[in-house]
Amino acid sequence: MTGSSRTAVEAPAQRQSVTVETVLKARAGDFELDVAFRTSAGVTALFGPSGAGKSLTLRHLAGLEDPGSGRIRLDRRILLDSDAGLNVPPRERRVGIVFQEYALFPHMSVEANVGYGLCDRSRIERTRRIEKLLAMTGLEGYGERRPRELSGGERQRVALARALAPEPELLLLDEPFAALDFRVRRELRAALRSLHERTGVPMILVTHSLEDVRKLSDWLVLLDRGRVLASGPTRSLLDDPPSQEARALVSGEELG
Amino acid sequence: MELPPLALSFWIAMNATVLGLVMGLPLAWLLARRTLPARDLLTILILLPMVLPPTVLGYYLLIVVGQGGPVGWLAETLGLGRIVFTQTAAVIAAFVASAPFLIRAAQAGFEQVDPAYVEAARTLGRSELAIWLTITLPLAWRAVLAGLALAFARAVGEFGATVMVAGSIPGRTRTGSIAIYDMVQAGRMQEANVLAIALAFTTAGVLFLLTRVGRTPSW
Repeated sequence: MTGSSRTAVEAPAQRQSVTVETVLKARAGDFELDVAFRTSAGVTALFGPSGAGKSLTLRHLAGLEDPGSGRIRLDRRILLDSDAGLNVPPRERRVGIVFQEYALFPHMSVEANVGYGLCDRSRIERTRRIEKLLAMTGLEGYGERRPRELSGGERQRVALARALAPEPELLLLDEPFAALDFRVRRELRAALRSLHERTGVPMILVTHSLEDVRKLSDWLVLLDRGRVLASGPTRSLLDDPPSQEARALVSGEELG
Repeated sequence: MELPPLALSFWIAMNATVLGLVMGLPLAWLLARRTLPARDLLTILILLPMVLPPTVLGYYLLIVVGQGGPVGWLAETLGLGRIVFTQTAAVIAAFVASAPFLIRAAQAGFEQVDPAYVEAARTLGRSELAIWLTITLPLAWRAVLAGLALAFARAVGEFGATVMVAGSIPGRTRTGSIAIYDMVQAGRMQEANVLAIALAFTTAGVLFLLTRVGRTPSW
């Protein structure tokens, strides 16, 4: 992150908070997901061991899974209401996602990747927006490169820029640092935090690293075996877990 | 179109391959989706022309496009006239025999495209058609091209089914491979030899060009 160009700042950092409300029951094979949580925080972490249903919850928020029963609300917009037979398709949700392996389009340049969600804008506007995002993510001069020519950290920045380009109302991040070594991790955590502060876009990130939870999130949702164990402000939930199970979950450093 | 045998081979094969591309690509894409109902049955039906003896294929085609058959009847009712023993029949025979090669290769190509790319594209607000054209097809393109080359080669080499439904009418349905057979039958070995060499070299040339395009890595 090059914090240099203040001109690249977009919306004022202090934006009205956005509320995400999720009540969801779904099945995926043998796995049963039954989660309910509500957050108005800037950065929310979904934390739990592998197989807790974190990524699945994220995919439901993005609209990428067959809808189960339940309700998803993003501020004043209903994204899913199974009772009313409403399920907004992913392209109309205005919910961006950064996949664990980034899923950058390998046949396109960095510029084309970032601009992919901007096809409804004029050419000038598009170019300007791409430039701005590349600057914000510290990728100036990388526009012509292909994803395979980039390091893991650079790829993640491109994925971030691409997801933020169409100005989503919510950004989802699936294990954003899992594929990176710890030094790049630390750097990118700071970058992500400052990106959040500059854009004001609320983020929900899935992680099984307590370090990510501590350093990034304001709100914490503890998940285990498809259920929410607890949810609340990160600091108080970590300092004073409300149950034995929650305590066990947040006492270990890294989860397998 | 009236053409000498060699040119006719390529003209008919080209039409058959384009037809295969237009009809086969969407089919291959559908087959690549695991959720398609009756997928196995459909796969067998589509691949059948690859394993059937060409004469059996020709026989069934004759039943379908012949005057008593459904396609033949439809064509006559629509005022398009008879299909059997026309160039159209030759194109249909080459298409049915060659399209499975394209479909098979393209299906494998589509299956290789990481679904995460398509999902990412969806969350970026693009329509399904735009995603297919900008992500799925370009990423599967090399497999499609390989299938195209195979299908074209098969169409140029088509003999058995073509003879049965289109006959051997000079200039109209007597393609290179049929002309060679006729020449050998008539004892005109010299001519058969020249045509055989010409057919072998031009087909190899076209295949070479197609694989060259396919090999160029685009990313």
